[in-house]
Amino acid sequence: MLLKFLENDKESQWVLIVLLAVTLIIPVCNLIFPEGSIFYFSAYTVSLIGKYLCFAILALSLDLVWGYCGILVLGQGAFFALGGYAMGMYLMRQIGDRGVYGDPILPDFMVFLDWKELPWYWSGFDIFPFAMLMVFVVPGTLAFIFGWLTFRSRVTGVYLSIISQALTYALLLAFFRNEMGFGGNNGLTDFKDILGFNLQSDVVRAFLLMCTGTALMSSFLVSRWVVRTRLGRVVTAIRDQESRVRFLGYRVEMFKLWVFVFSAMLAGLAGALYVPQVGIINPSEFSPLISLEIVVWVAVGGRGSLYGAIIGAIIVNYGKTVMTGLFPEVWLFTLGAAFILVTIFLPDGLVGLWKRKTQENV
Amino acid sequence: MILNGTGRLAMLFLIAMLLPLLFFSQQINAQEVTSKANSDVTEILEVKADFSSALLALKQRSLSKRAEAIKQLIKIENPRTIIILDALLIGNLFENRADGSLLIAENQGDYYAASQAETGDSIGRLKKADIKKIRLSNRLRSQLRLLLAQKELYLEDTDIRMQAVKTLAKNPTKEAIQLLKSVADSEQDETIQQEIQLILALQDMTSSDKNVRLAAVESLKQHTSLEAVNRLQHMLEKDSDGQFNEPDKQIRKIAKSALVKIEARLQVYATIKTVFFGLSLGAVLVLAAIGLAITFGVMGVINMAHGEMMMLGAYTTYVMQLIMPNHIALSLILSIPAAFIVAGLVGIAIERGIIRFLYGRPLETLLATFGVSLFLQQTVRSIFSPLNRSVITPDFMSGSLYINDFLSFTWNRIYILVFCLLVFAALLQILRRTRLGLEVRAVSQNRNMAKAMGIPTDKVDAMTFGLGSGVAGIAGVALSQITNVGPNLGQAYIVDSFMVVVFGGVGNLWGTLVSGFTLGIANKVLEPIAGAVLAKVVVLVFIILFIQKRPRGLFPQKGRAAES
Repeated sequence: MLLKFLENDKESQWVLIVLLAVTLIIPVCNLIFPEGSIFYFSAYTVSLIGKYLCFAILALSLDLVWGYCGILVLGQGAFFALGGYAMGMYLMRQIGDRGVYGDPILPDFMVFLDWKELPWYWSGFDIFPFAMLMVFVVPGTLAFIFGWLTFRSRVTGVYLSIISQALTYALLLAFFRNEMGFGGNNGLTDFKDILGFNLQSDVVRAFLLMCTGTALMSSFLVSRWVVRTRLGRVVTAIRDQESRVRFLGYRVEMFKLWVFVFSAMLAGLAGALYVPQVGIINPSEFSPLISLEIVVWVAVGGRGSLYGAIIGAIIVNYGKTVMTGLFPEVWLFTLGAAFILVTIFLPDGLVGLWKRKTQENV
Repeated sequence: MILNGTGRLAMLFLIAMLLPLLFFSQQINAQEVTSKANSDVTEILEVKADFSSALLALKQRSLSKRAEAIKQLIKIENPRTIIILDALLIGNLFENRADGSLLIAENQGDYYAASQAETGDSIGRLKKADIKKIRLSNRLRSQLRLLLAQKELYLEDTDIRMQAVKTLAKNPTKEAIQLLKSVADSEQDETIQQEIQLILALQDMTSSDKNVRLAAVESLKQHTSLEAVNRLQHMLEKDSDGQFNEPDKQIRKIAKSALVKIEARLQVYATIKTVFFGLSLGAVLVLAAIGLAITFGVMGVINMAHGEMMMLGAYTTYVMQLIMPNHIALSLILSIPAAFIVAGLVGIAIERGIIRFLYGRPLETLLATFGVSLFLQQTVRSIFSPLNRSVITPDFMSGSLYINDFLSFTWNRIYILVFCLLVFAALLQILRRTRLGLEVRAVSQNRNMAKAMGIPTDKVDAMTFGLGSGVAGIAGVALSQITNVGPNLGQAYIVDSFMVVVFGGVGNLWGTLVSGFTLGIANKVLEPIAGAVLAKVVVLVFIILFIQKRPRGLFPQKGRAAES
């Protein structure tokens, strides 16, 4: 049925197959084969791949708003970080009395700040389903409020980009404050376990990677389905000719709002999957630079193509891992050059390049 | 007049009696004059001799004799006296081992630059072994300080008098207070007079006489001094036994009202201070944003590398200082055109190399220029290292303008404020009066029409971008004076400067100025209430909401050009 759904879409089929393979093979090999075997993937590789897949979900979410709706959001990292914080709060509560100060309820940093009780907004985060709900609700609500205000007053183009950047910058500054109750500068870390399982164990790591892979594949399919519905068509039309769509009688701001909130929730999901795998969430995820990097992933991969976003996220991040390891000096040069070259020469990214090639061959 | 015989006789007698008297009196007068002249000469000679001998007496080993010599010396009116005693006080008076004369010498590394104490003639460099310091005991030093202050209180120079008053206040012994009281009425300068009154009033506050205390508290009302506030507050506090430090109820009442009065004044000063800090922050914001207002406002180009242009300007200042390490002030002034040229050229290169391919695609421009900014950051990091570089502040910009204990303005902030206004005025004039300005305005209003009229729009674009970037470079020179110069200097300002431009209204330089100062003041007003970070967050959120209400900023562009 799935293949039928993806009929006539060779690229999507391939991307899905590769993703499926990665999600299945890497964790299984990590668990089955002993260390030293050629089929063995180290725990480091597992969490690295997991990280890439989270970034791919994030890129997918940005591609929905930017590639399909034409809204260049420079604050997508904010939704990612909020989802991450929601997950982090759950993991923090899971530590219980195993913290350095051994307080059964308060996380270490609160004890350190001499707080007497949990702030109200921390309540409920010890319940997993509630935390998972918040992973979607918090970024979604922020996106709803921000989008509701912005789209209704027809703030578009660069203005929107800049104020979305200001939004994430404001959150960055706010989360740096200790008084916010999110661990300030250090953020949330020292997690012990998730749902009662030890986070450091190989099985849990492998399972998390599988979850991330599954989440990526389902987000991809859902997004693909969304952009192909009538709603998706209208959204694409808004990207290309906003005023015309409005004159045709569509309430443009509602469509934009819908896509924006959906994409924010997706970003939140990415953040929630990211945090247990890297073991920390801190305010630096809110920094405008991170949000701009997300834009580069999508631009390199090819905006307006969902699998392009996934490919872009993975390629750029793989490049980053390799480069920062080998020549840390060169990485920013490469990233800067990627920005410049892609925007000038490859407006549709690598996917566009590939398509042009195949068309020429035909 | 008719006189009889006896009368005439008597008259004669009288004259006979008086004549010698007259003669004698003349004689006496003359004698007096000569003796006076004699004594003058001897006095001068004596004084000269006294001065030299008193000077040499300073060398005596016995401290009490040395003290006596100081007392002698201070009595002698000689322009060198104060110089010599000052040198003695700070340990710069030495004995020349070669001939036993006294020297004033200053330590300059390996050697001492010496001059004759008595005449002030320089005798060049001496080694440490050649000279012997004239030492003072602590008691002697404080005595000397008092004596010097006493002498200085009567000098012409108001600065020296003020200094003397302050020295006395630091160590308010009985003699010092006595001395201040004696000059209190004769002092002509108002600020010095006030200072003396303040010191005396503060002194009287500890008096055991109730009326004296009352008068002191009463007079403190009009002084704006930290010390006065502290002392008044101390009066109203209770000591460890639960007793008020000031036993008298009436005085406490007056002290309270005096405090209220002073605090009302302090409130005014605090407001002035907040406004000044706000204006100075605003000046930085305006400087950072004004180049952006040109590239973004006039050309519609989002230049994410704008912050890096400021960074280049700041590094230009640093390099200029490396080139001219001995002329810091000059290098700073030369940095202004240098930074303009460096940043301007880089700007033109960016425009020619990248941006011109992306006109009409603002989002792409944003991304490409962000790439440029990463590139520039890493370039600077590779050349100058990732560490922050510090730029030396020239003398004329350091220190602060002191008004009173509660109000003083740092010079660098004052200069930056003035500088910001100058740059703004210059830019306004360029856009208004020069041919380039005319062309820039024409292109920004209607590109095609301008082209049709024969304006080389390509060239104008490049020049506009160069101008905007150059102004950013100049802003970098100013920034180098208040923050560290590092590769991330520009990044910190990019969001802020966009906010300023968008808040003020794109395409409007006046809007940028007003919004910069408004945001600066708003930040500083909120800071004491909410803390620095939260204040910034509040301002950002406010702007985000403001844009919703008025998407085109405070001063929107009017006319057809606005609709594009």
